[in-house]
Amino acid sequence: MNYSLITLEVLAVLLGLIVLLADLWVSPAARKGLGLGLAAALGCLLAFAVGSLAPQSGSAFSDMFVVDDLARYFKGFFVFAALAVVLMAVDFAPKFGSGLSEFFALTVFALVGMLFAASANDLVLLFVSLELITVTFFVLNSFQRTQLASLEAGVKYLILGGVSSAFMVFGIALIFGTANSTNFAVLAAKQKELAHSALFLMGLLLVLVGLGFKIAAVPFQMWAPDVYQGSPAPATAFLAVGSKAAGFVLLIRLLVGAVPQITAEWHRLFVVMSGATILFGSLCAIPQRNLKRLMGYSSIANAGYLLLGIVAGSAGGSTAVLYYLGGYAFTVLAAFTVISAIANHVESDDISALSGLGQRSPFLAACLTMAIVSLAGIPPMAGFFGKLLLFKSVLDVAPGHPELYALIAVAVVGVVISLYYYFGVIRAIYWGGQSANLSIIPVALSTRIVLLACVAGILFLGILPQGLVKIADHAVADLSQKAAPVAQPAH
Amino acid sequence: MDSLTSVILTPVITAVLLLLIPGNFRVVLRLAAILGSACTAWTAVSLFSRFHAGQEGFQFESLVPWVTVGPLNLAYHVGADGLNIGLILVTGLVGFAAVLVSWNIERHVKMFYVLLMLMIAGAMGAFASLDLFVFYFFNELALVPTFIMIGVWGRGEDRNWAAFKITLYLTLGALIALVGLIAFYVAAGANSLDVTVLKAHLAAHPLSAAAQTWIFPLVVFGFAILVGLFPFHSWAPVGYAAAPTATAMMHAGILKKAGLYAILRMAVPLMPDGAHRWLPVVAVLAVGNLLHCAWVALRQKDMNLLIGNSSLAHMGFAFLGIASLTVIGVTGTVLVMVAHALLAGLSFALSGYLETQTGTLDMTRMGGLLRKMPFYGTALVMGFMASCGLPGFANFAGEATVLFGSWKSLPWLVIIAAWSGLIIGAVAMLRALRAVLQGPEKPEFSRVVDTGYWRRLPFVVLLSAMVLFGVAPGILTSRIEPAAKAVVAAHLTPLHAGQAPAVPAAPAASAPGQSGH
Repeated sequence: MNYSLITLEVLAVLLGLIVLLADLWVSPAARKGLGLGLAAALGCLLAFAVGSLAPQSGSAFSDMFVVDDLARYFKGFFVFAALAVVLMAVDFAPKFGSGLSEFFALTVFALVGMLFAASANDLVLLFVSLELITVTFFVLNSFQRTQLASLEAGVKYLILGGVSSAFMVFGIALIFGTANSTNFAVLAAKQKELAHSALFLMGLLLVLVGLGFKIAAVPFQMWAPDVYQGSPAPATAFLAVGSKAAGFVLLIRLLVGAVPQITAEWHRLFVVMSGATILFGSLCAIPQRNLKRLMGYSSIANAGYLLLGIVAGSAGGSTAVLYYLGGYAFTVLAAFTVISAIANHVESDDISALSGLGQRSPFLAACLTMAIVSLAGIPPMAGFFGKLLLFKSVLDVAPGHPELYALIAVAVVGVVISLYYYFGVIRAIYWGGQSANLSIIPVALSTRIVLLACVAGILFLGILPQGLVKIADHAVADLSQKAAPVAQPAH
Repeated sequence: MDSLTSVILTPVITAVLLLLIPGNFRVVLRLAAILGSACTAWTAVSLFSRFHAGQEGFQFESLVPWVTVGPLNLAYHVGADGLNIGLILVTGLVGFAAVLVSWNIERHVKMFYVLLMLMIAGAMGAFASLDLFVFYFFNELALVPTFIMIGVWGRGEDRNWAAFKITLYLTLGALIALVGLIAFYVAAGANSLDVTVLKAHLAAHPLSAAAQTWIFPLVVFGFAILVGLFPFHSWAPVGYAAAPTATAMMHAGILKKAGLYAILRMAVPLMPDGAHRWLPVVAVLAVGNLLHCAWVALRQKDMNLLIGNSSLAHMGFAFLGIASLTVIGVTGTVLVMVAHALLAGLSFALSGYLETQTGTLDMTRMGGLLRKMPFYGTALVMGFMASCGLPGFANFAGEATVLFGSWKSLPWLVIIAAWSGLIIGAVAMLRALRAVLQGPEKPEFSRVVDTGYWRRLPFVVLLSAMVLFGVAPGILTSRIEPAAKAVVAAHLTPLHAGQAPAVPAAPAASAPGQSGH
C-alpha cells in the first residue's frame, strides 16, 4: 500500500501537534508570533499541496482514500483557506482573551478533516472526516467563551450537528446493509440494481441530510444564521469556506462520482432544494441588520447557487461548482478578514456600524466593497464568472426539462434580491448614516497581505478565468471518467 | 496595441494612475482625469476619421482568446463597423465632457474620477465588443460605479431609493438578457457568442423558429429594460434626477445605448424569426415611450425629470427604427443613438451647471436667466431645440430617417410618433425654455453668472458635434449604411428554410393550380 499518499495529511497533523506542544513553551505575549509561524508553515504546506511534489494519483487503505485531481484541487483550496484564517485570527487575537494557540491547533485539525474529506472514497471515511470537521467546529464556534452569543452558536451547532450526524450514520448503515459495501467505486458499479432498492435510496437520502447540513441547504439551514452571527469572525470564515467546500466535494464524489444515475433520477429533488435554498437565503437576508448574520443568509443562498451545478449533474456542472467555490473562497475570506479587522474598532457587528468606513479606512472599505460586488455576481469579479458557469451548466441540460427553466428563473430572481441586501452594505460603507467616530482604523500588515491576496484573487479569477476553469475542468474529468460506464438517462 | 483596445484601456490606465495619486491633490487628480479622458476622446475621434466609410465587415479588428475550455469558448473580440463607430466616437466626446463638468465635485475627488473612468471604459468596451459575453462583461462594469456615484455624490433626498431602483432594474434587465444569451449559446451550438462565428455557424445550421421565438424576447426585453422601453422605464428619470451630473450624462447619453447596440448587433440579425414574431410588440411599446413619456415630460417642473422623460421619449424613435426592419429605419436608429448620446450628455451638463448657479432645478421658480447668462442661455436654447427635432441638428436627421424608414411597414405608428414625439416634445421643451430663460428676472437669482471660458468647453464640444452631424449627416450615414444592411440582411433574404419561405411558398403552391385552369 502506498502510504505516501497521505503525506499532506500527516504533515498537517504533525503541524497541529507541534502548535499544541509549542504552547507549553511560548509565552502568552509571543503567541501571535506562533500564529505567524504557523501561517508560514501552512504556506509551505500550500506550496507542497499544489506543487509538483504533491502525492501522485492513486488510492490507499483498500481504496478508501484516493488522490486524484479533484482531491488535489480541494486540498490546495483548504490549505489556502486555513492559512488565511490563521492570519485573520492573529489580528483577531485580542477578542479571544486566552487560548489563542488552541484556536490555531483546532483550525489545523479541522483542516485535516477537510483534507481527508477531499480524498474520501468511502462512506466511512466520509463520516469520519465530516465528524472531525464538525467536532472541531463545536469548539471553534464557541471560542469567545465570555460571550453568550458565541456559546449559543457552539451549542446550536453541537445539537444540530449531532442530529444530522445521527441521520447520516443511520443512512450509511442502510447503504451498507443493502450494498454490502460503503466504497464509492463499488456503489458506482452496483448502482443500477441498487436504484430499485427502497432501503438503499432511504439510506442515500439520510446521508444527504448530513451533507445538506454541512452546506446549509434548505431544509437543513436553520443553524447557519445564528452560528455565523455568534461565532468569532475567523471561525465563521472557516466555516463558510472550508466546511461548505468539504460538503460540496463529498456531494460531488457521492452524487456525481458514485451514483450519477440516481442523481439524475432525483434531479427534481435537487431542483426543489436548490430553488428553495436560493429563495430562503435571499429573502431572509433582506431584513438583516447584523453583518455576520447577513453573511449567514448569503451563505445559504450561495449553497443554493452551488446546488445548480449538482442539479446539472454534468461535468460542466461540477466544473462550475469547483470554479465558483474557488472564487467564493477569496470573496468570503476577504469579507470576513475585513469584518475581523474592524471588530476591534467598530462597536458592533451591525451593518450600520460600517458607516464612515469609507473615510476611516479606504483600503478596508474598497476590499469589502469588492468582496460584496463579487458575491452579488457582477463583473469583473470572480463571482460573476462562477454564476455564469453555473447558469450555463443548467441551461446546457435544460432542453426538455421545463422545471430547470423555472429553476433558472428563481435563480435570477434570487440574484436580483441579493443585490438589494448586498448593495445595502455598500451603501452603509460609503454614505449610510452619520458616524460619530471617524478615527482611522489601523490595518495590520498580515491582514493587509491576506486582503491583497484575496482581492487579487477575486479580480484575477474574474478577469482571467481561463486558468482556474481549466484546472477545475481537469479535476472533474477524472471523476466523469470513473463514472463514464453509467450513462445519465435523463440527459 | 491596436487602436480599439487602446480606446478601452486608456480610461482603465487613467483610473489606475488616479489610484496612485494621493487623495488630497485635487487639482492633480482633476488634470490627470481630464488628460486621460482627452486622450480617450482623441483616440476615438481618430478612429472615427480613419474608418473607411462604405466598406462592409469590421475594421480595427482584434481577437484574443479569453476562455477556451471544452465547450466553452469566449474571446475578447473587438471590431468596428457602422453600428458602433459612431457610438465609440460619442462615448469619447461625452466622457470627456463629463470629466470637464465635474469641477464642482468636492468630496472624495479621487474615487469619483476613478469610478467615472471605469464607466467610460465599460461603455467603450461594450460598444467595441463583438463577443456578446464580453459585451455583457463590459456593460456591467458600469453598474457599481453608477450605484456608488448616485449614493455618494447624488442629489436630493430620494437618492438612496433612486440608487437602489436604478441598480435593481438594470440588474434584472441584464440578467434576463444574460439567461437569453446563455440559452442562445446552448441552442445555437456554435460554442461561441462571437457574432462573426455565430453568423457563419447559423448560416449552415439555422436555429429553429421555436427556439428563436422564446430566446428572442429574453434577449430583447432584457436589454430593452436597460434602455428604458415602456413600461420598464420608471427607473430612468428618478435615477438621472438623483445622479450627479457626470453620471447622468454617461448613463443617459452613453450606457443606455448599449442595450440597443446589443439588440442590433445580435438579436435582430441572428434571430430573424424571433424578430418577425416579437418586433411588432416592441413597436407598440415604443409608442408607449413616445406618447407616455413625452406626456409625462410635459408635466415636469424639475428640469432633470423633464430631460429624463424626454430622453425616454427619444428612445421610442430608436425602437421604432429597429422594429421597421428596413435599412433606412436601422440607419436612422443608429443616427438617433449617436445624436441622442450627444443631446442627453449636453442636456444633463446644462442642467447640472444651472443647478450649481441657482441651487435648484425647479423651473417654476426661475425666469429671465437669458439676460444674466447669454452663453449658457444660447446653449440651452440650442440643446432644447435639437430635442424638439429642429433641422440642422443631428437629432432631426436621425428621427426623420427613422420616420422615413418606418413609413412603409408601420404607417400608423409613424403618424403617432411624428405628432406625439415631435409635437408634445416640442411643447414641453419650449415651455421649459420660456420658464427658465424668459420672463421677469427673479431677485433670488441675482448672483447667477454665465459660464466662464473654461466651462464652455464641454458644451462647445457636444454642440459642435451635434451641428456637424446635423448639417452633414452623410458623414455618419455613409458609415452606418453597410452595417445596417447587414443587420436586416437576414430579413431581406431569409437565412434558412424556417418560417420566412412560408410566405413565398403560398403563392408558389397556388400558382400551379391556377395554371391548370
